[in-house]
Amino acid sequence: MERLEYIAQRLLKGVVVLLGIVVLNFLLIRLAPGDPAAVMAGEAGASDELFLQQLRQQFGLDRPLWEQLWAYISNILSFDFGFSYRQQRPVIDLLAERLPPTLLLTGTAFVLSLVTGVTLGVMAARRAGRWSDSAITVVALFFYATPLFWVGLMGVFLFSVTLGWLPAFGMGSVGVKLTGFERLVDAARHLVLPALTLTLFHMAVYARMTRASMLEVRDQDFVRTARAKGVAEGRILRRHVLRNAILPVVTIAGMKAGYLLGGSIVVETVFAWPGIGRLAYEAVLQRDYNVLLGVFLVTSAVVIAVNLATDIVYSLVDPRIELGA
Amino acid sequence: MAALAEFWRRYRRNKGAVVGLAVLCLILAVAAFGPLVYPDSPWDMAGAPFQPPFSAAHPLGTDTLGRDVATGIVHGARVSLLIGFVATLVAVGLGVVVGAVAGYFGGRIDDVAMRLTEFFQTIPSFVFAVVLVAIFTPGIGSIVTAIAVVSWPAVARLVRGEFLTLRTREFVQASVVLGRSARHIIFVEILPNAVSPIIVSGSLMVATAILVESSLSFLGLGDPNMMSWGYMIGASRSVVRLAWWCSFFPGLAILLTVLALNLVGEGLSDALNPRLSREGR
Repeated sequence: MERLEYIAQRLLKGVVVLLGIVVLNFLLIRLAPGDPAAVMAGEAGASDELFLQQLRQQFGLDRPLWEQLWAYISNILSFDFGFSYRQQRPVIDLLAERLPPTLLLTGTAFVLSLVTGVTLGVMAARRAGRWSDSAITVVALFFYATPLFWVGLMGVFLFSVTLGWLPAFGMGSVGVKLTGFERLVDAARHLVLPALTLTLFHMAVYARMTRASMLEVRDQDFVRTARAKGVAEGRILRRHVLRNAILPVVTIAGMKAGYLLGGSIVVETVFAWPGIGRLAYEAVLQRDYNVLLGVFLVTSAVVIAVNLATDIVYSLVDPRIELGA
Repeated sequence: MAALAEFWRRYRRNKGAVVGLAVLCLILAVAAFGPLVYPDSPWDMAGAPFQPPFSAAHPLGTDTLGRDVATGIVHGARVSLLIGFVATLVAVGLGVVVGAVAGYFGGRIDDVAMRLTEFFQTIPSFVFAVVLVAIFTPGIGSIVTAIAVVSWPAVARLVRGEFLTLRTREFVQASVVLGRSARHIIFVEILPNAVSPIIVSGSLMVATAILVESSLSFLGLGDPNMMSWGYMIGASRSVVRLAWWCSFFPGLAILLTVLALNLVGEGLSDALNPRLSREGR
């Protein structure tokens, strides 16, 4: 019962944050320099006076601010995210079409970076102070400092241009008829470079976090107690250290899912990956603010959902968690 | 003086931090004096397009429009460091005020401040930065503001934590009894005791700010009047097949700068927080 209450509470919190983001979006349009109708219309639509009139009507831009806010919120709630004048399509359609490729890319990178990062972090911590620890630490430091788009570009230059191993852009080969399994392989080959680009930076983050977390747990009393009891080293590592050291890393990784989505803007731009990040880049180029704000809202919703899932999983895995907090 | 010597003695023990400091000094020197050595505008055509690197005239080559890559990197150093430092200063200022007020007063004020902080930590920060700069038109002001807006929550949480423990200490109670104003207690009594962790997280934040700035410029959201490393890479990304050097060298500059700042940050952490130092581990 207590757990259900906790989950309900978290769910409510997520909804409140999402509502806050809707209000923030509303304020951004109003605070932007110039006529809000022109901002909504984007550069392409701003010259069309009739369209501007229609927008003013639809969003009640001539009415008091709180009425406008209400109109905006009810539009969003009915999944009306506005219209992309530039692409001549409703924003919601664009978002629905572009979200799955991004989830594939970021999801792959999330799993890869967590697995490799935690493994490297554990290896470094077990050999703390020795050369393999130093090597892992240096590698992590480097990837922690490299801009994603640069890693991506250099990857394209090395693996696509020079070696010709992997495709450099898109999510599938154009102009080739592929069926079933072949298509899957083709898509997977396209996924390798962008996913690895996004992985390397986060791998570094998780490796550093895991190493620090392991070293902290290693020095705690319950580990010393286990050792004093004569528990075998391997068992201490698996049962006592790993479990307690990795849980916070996984939790923080879940909480920071937004960084992967942010990173996907530059990575998708480099690799012409047809996802939501690429959509954001196109929207920036075309000053298509409805689309841009739609991307912001959807990525925020994804982050909130992942946070919620992390919270729930954490409450199931760690019995010590205070459900009331 | 003795404190400074002690600080340096501790800092020096971290070899990586010493290397980082040396690299950082070099980059600062390039930013300060480089434009004197390369006085030409980085936007001007300096030679034929796509000149390969390692020639006497163009040591790092030229780009699509015949602009000299070395000149661009030298001028871009100023922009990257400037935006990194200023954005961090603004973020730290904002974070310190919110965190200090929340931690000192507690109760309702703390609740409101922490909900706000959590909100800003939940939203995907880079996406938000892109939205802010795009809507408020790209420029040095909007870039600094956007980076500061997405960076302050971490400082606020840190400062709040410090204040929560410090405000129960005797010297603070003594000030309260003496009838000092809250402002005096916060800024004159407590804040100086919380400076070390703020400096450490600030130095790491400069590194992140430079990465964010370069990503924004890469996407075409840089200040249109300022040559920056991210812009150079973004402008030549479509010709990476023909001219790898146009994006390779600016990226290397970003990597070295961010790496140096991270190393310095870790060194400062070791030197300023001896309790947390990773010594003997």
